[in-house]
Amino acid sequence: MPPTIDIDSLGFDAGAHLVVKLALGRVAVGEVLEVRGQGEGWQGPLAAWCRSQGHPVAFEDGGDGRPCARITRGAVQAGRWRGAAATGAIDPGADGAVRAEADARWGLAARGATVEAGSPAFAFRLTRREDVWADSAATLYAEAVAAQWNADTAIDWQAPCDLPDEVEDAVVQVMTYMVENENAALVVPARFLGQLHPHFREVQALLAIQVADEARHIDVFTRRIALKGRQPGLSTAGGQASLKTLVDEPDFSTAQFLLAVLGEGTFVSLLNFLHHHAPDPVTRQIARLAARDEARHVAFGMAHLGQHIALEPALLARLGNAVEARYEHLAGTSGLNEEVFDALILLAAGSSEPAAIAAGYARVQELLQDMARGREARLAKLGFQGESARRLASLHTRNFM
Amino acid sequence: MTQPLVMGAVAYAPKVVTIWEGFKAWFRDQGLEFDFVLYSNYERQVEAQFDGTLHLAWNSPLAWVRAERMARARGLEVAAVAMRDTDQDLSSVLVVRQDGPADRTALVGKRVGFGAIDSPQATLIPLDHLRQAGLVAGRDYTARRFDVLGGKHGDHIGGERDAAQALMAGEIDAAWMIDGNYLAFANEGVLPSGATRILARTGLYDHCNFTVSPGAPSELIGRFIELLLGMSWDDPAVRPLLELEGLRAWRPGRTSGYAALDRAVDDEAFYDAEGKILAADYRY
Repeated sequence: MPPTIDIDSLGFDAGAHLVVKLALGRVAVGEVLEVRGQGEGWQGPLAAWCRSQGHPVAFEDGGDGRPCARITRGAVQAGRWRGAAATGAIDPGADGAVRAEADARWGLAARGATVEAGSPAFAFRLTRREDVWADSAATLYAEAVAAQWNADTAIDWQAPCDLPDEVEDAVVQVMTYMVENENAALVVPARFLGQLHPHFREVQALLAIQVADEARHIDVFTRRIALKGRQPGLSTAGGQASLKTLVDEPDFSTAQFLLAVLGEGTFVSLLNFLHHHAPDPVTRQIARLAARDEARHVAFGMAHLGQHIALEPALLARLGNAVEARYEHLAGTSGLNEEVFDALILLAAGSSEPAAIAAGYARVQELLQDMARGREARLAKLGFQGESARRLASLHTRNFM
Repeated sequence: MTQPLVMGAVAYAPKVVTIWEGFKAWFRDQGLEFDFVLYSNYERQVEAQFDGTLHLAWNSPLAWVRAERMARARGLEVAAVAMRDTDQDLSSVLVVRQDGPADRTALVGKRVGFGAIDSPQATLIPLDHLRQAGLVAGRDYTARRFDVLGGKHGDHIGGERDAAQALMAGEIDAAWMIDGNYLAFANEGVLPSGATRILARTGLYDHCNFTVSPGAPSELIGRFIELLLGMSWDDPAVRPLLELEGLRAWRPGRTSGYAALDRAVDDEAFYDAEGKILAADYRY
């Protein structure tokens, strides 16, 4: 006796097809399922559904005066999945879960999904694991999610902030410079995000939240500019030329190196400086929160490059060359804009009194040394030997980022 | 260039271009020169099967009935050589609201919705079904036609959907539709769950077929059929074409499923025995 189901008076305008489909799923291809129903006319929609699904159906007397449908399970569903592609697995830590090369035809499917043959090829440029991957991406993403902050509540915008005009101007100039740099830090991962194969979803998520981080930074820096009714300050050709070399860099690892390891790493020093020496509580709070985010961005860059260099030692030389080339390229520009440099001194001084200026100047000198030491330490960690690390650290753009 | 096999098809929707361009490319890849001509209606397409324009045509069942009559009148022959698996053993259903007429006899004096004037599935075969049960439109009940795109022989489902909507709006008491559209309209919510009943179902009938024109080159036709029947759903290069055209497998043609329609064409005076159009208010 073939398996039998009774759909009773359930109509095909009320989901009866699903009852039949589930029952057929328990029958082998070529085997028969008998279906009984009540009421007039249920055979028509059942036959239509079977036809659309490729299951032959015949009706006969069920013996109890009611008609009975004999459905033979067709091979259409099986045919659709013949030659389908396996695409790894969810857990990135499992063997074979994240493939060395993601196929263009896996497209937008969830990693681990079964993808029908004949699916369209997507033109993702970044398809090789070693070019983009870091084992810590998932952890860093989770940390980033947990560390998101709301600019409205995390910063006390009402805190007393009555600075002398020239100091307020200096803060505004530094913030103007920060917005420009964070625009680069937003655009660079955003561009790679659109080129990254979704198979590497942990990296995709991390880049996406970096973009969100930078959008928030741009927002709070802009709100600090506007806090006292000011408009943004000055933007120099040299500063933008320096940032343009980051935006124009087509290689993911090189961009991570220049932006995250050298640029954002240097920016962490700058933000820590502002956290400690900014003349008002709003700027200090902003700097503290942004520094935390930037430190995560640096951590991903370091993790990715550490793994990539281990797999491809020649990358180290390429990265060194990229720093040299960028230095050459920017040799004709002025680097850090003078207004920013002076603004940092004034901001750290808190007033234009000579004694305060002297203290501010000393703090900025200390900042520059701190930045250089940080860069050198990160370069050494990636495998650049002593002198080479020092030299490359010193070649980093005068624009900081 | 080798003389191509030329097929006619009716452009009842924009996807028709995609479908036949896809088939054309596929046939060419298999070494068969193939081309198609699109018509805005089946009447002109069938006529072109007799003036040497077309070697074969993708015909609606009504177009097949006309082609067959025109051929017979000329002492010629047409042949239905292939059809979709989904063209075989279809039925139409008469849908009423849950509180509507209890059975066919209760349709007397009621308003019954049909599809386009030239729709086999939503007009001609249903008219025949009721006539066989002793119910004649205009005499026993009022027929209300939902005419969309005349000349397309009901390929455009708009008429059936309009009828279903009119049924739910209370403008008519019953509506005819092909069984597959009953499912489609239920999925769309046009027929709300549990709000309707199926009052009657026609006998089984067949739908479209590839109709070979009189005098078509038999070698090219043979190769065409061979390639067509060899198209496999399991082949990812072919499957999108089959899905677009709404089939899983091509079947050899048969003409056993057109009797009810043939009778309706006579009873409703749609074509005469020679395939001349009789229906006075037919616009295409």
